[in-house]
Amino acid sequence: MPSATKLEQFVGFRERVEMLSGENVFACYQCGMCTAGCSFADEMDVLPHQVIRQLQLNNWKVLECNAKWICASCLNCQTRCPKGVDLSKLMEAMRQIYLRQQMDNLELNKYSIDQIRCLPQIALVASFRKKTG
Amino acid sequence: MNNAAYFPGCSLKAEAGDYERSAAAVMEVLGQPLEELERWTCCGTVYSLTDDDLMHQLASVRNLIRAQECGADEIVTLCSMCFNTLKRSKVFIEQDSARLETVNAFMDEEQDYEGGVEVFHLLEILRDQVGFESIEGKVTRPLSGLRVAPYYGCTLLRPREIGIDEPDTPTILQDFIRALWATPVEFAFQAECCGTYQIVDSPEMVLEKSHRILNSAMRAGADVLVTSCPLCMHNLRLCYEELRSSLPEKRELSIIYLTQLAAIAFEVETGELPTSMAKLVEGLPTSMELVP
Ligand code: SF4
Ligand code: SF4
Repeated sequence: MPSATKLEQFVGFRERVEMLSGENVFACYQCGMCTAGCSFADEMDVLPHQVIRQLQLNNWKVLECNAKWICASCLNCQTRCPKGVDLSKLMEAMRQIYLRQQMDNLELNKYSIDQIRCLPQIALVASFRKKTG
Repeated sequence: MNNAAYFPGCSLKAEAGDYERSAAAVMEVLGQPLEELERWTCCGTVYSLTDDDLMHQLASVRNLIRAQECGADEIVTLCSMCFNTLKRSKVFIEQDSARLETVNAFMDEEQDYEGGVEVFHLLEILRDQVGFESIEGKVTRPLSGLRVAPYYGCTLLRPREIGIDEPDTPTILQDFIRALWATPVEFAFQAECCGTYQIVDSPEMVLEKSHRILNSAMRAGADVLVTSCPLCMHNLRLCYEELRSSLPEKRELSIIYLTQLAAIAFEVETGELPTSMAKLVEGLPTSMELVP
């Protein structure tokens, strides 16, 4: 995990996330439908509905969750949320807060040329866009 | 088809060559040959989900401009991810004239994008412009008895605003399979995520997600699984390779592109088929045998 020192000084955290995502976190009434339908919830340290709750509470520490990198923007949550919240955009906003401070989450130089050759370019380009700034 | 330009995207020119070859052959038969967009570039593969960032929309908009330049009013894609990215970008940019103006001012080397180029996935063209009845009429080798699982994945269906069918209860692939005389086999995980680009740094997680999908399709009794996404194809086939050794003999699942299924039924170029699929095809009656 990248260091959170820069993030600790973060004021107006919730507003920043809302601005980046265009979502209103207070629309959420914590029904948990997003988590129920998320294919990736079992891999997340903070569950999708809990991420929103922490955003409502303006708790910047939620930024440190692995959920934002695990979320694959599958949009199950977005199509099922009774309140029309798009969680995938909130997850992207949290990723962007890292990426815009040059805190990438993908180290391709660890990979050998042969390993990279076995990966489809569509997956590589998507990973660059989701995990590097 | 109206004046449509075919947008291949990167995968179709690399590991998904079989998808392109079979689609081209199928569209020839249907009298609407694919005409490739000139000077297309990568769409970016995933749609940018931030509201303040227009930079990540440029790749898509550039392709919309290419279509405009050649007088095409539609872009048709085979890859589900390209479809999703191009269409969402188009909607985002056209929603707000200020965005369109900013993007046009920034790309001063290009002609202005005027809006209005439509983005379709091939399946929509088959349903809405060609019609599944016409497809049925072109079948020379009915796929009777073949049990086919329709796998949608995410990007064809979600978000609802741009999806080609109801996100939770889609039927378009089942109807397509029926038009080829095969039997659609619905299964629980047909619209769940295969794990997508996470294959780059979390392969274990992706294999687990793909495993659930394959298991669910096989338990429902499918012999074949069709997809429209080159990345789903990569992940599912990789997972299947791992799974195969643990399967009982004769229990196989052939994972192919939806246009390969149609190419088999039309008896045209299918691209390379998995061995298990080739075996299934051998068991089907040919057009000669159908003549009374
Ligand atoms: S489904 Fe919507 S309203 Fe319910 S917890 Fe998730 S974000 Fe909140
Ligand atoms: S978009 Fe992210 S949070 Fe929502 S269901 Fe998919 S993986 Fe889970």
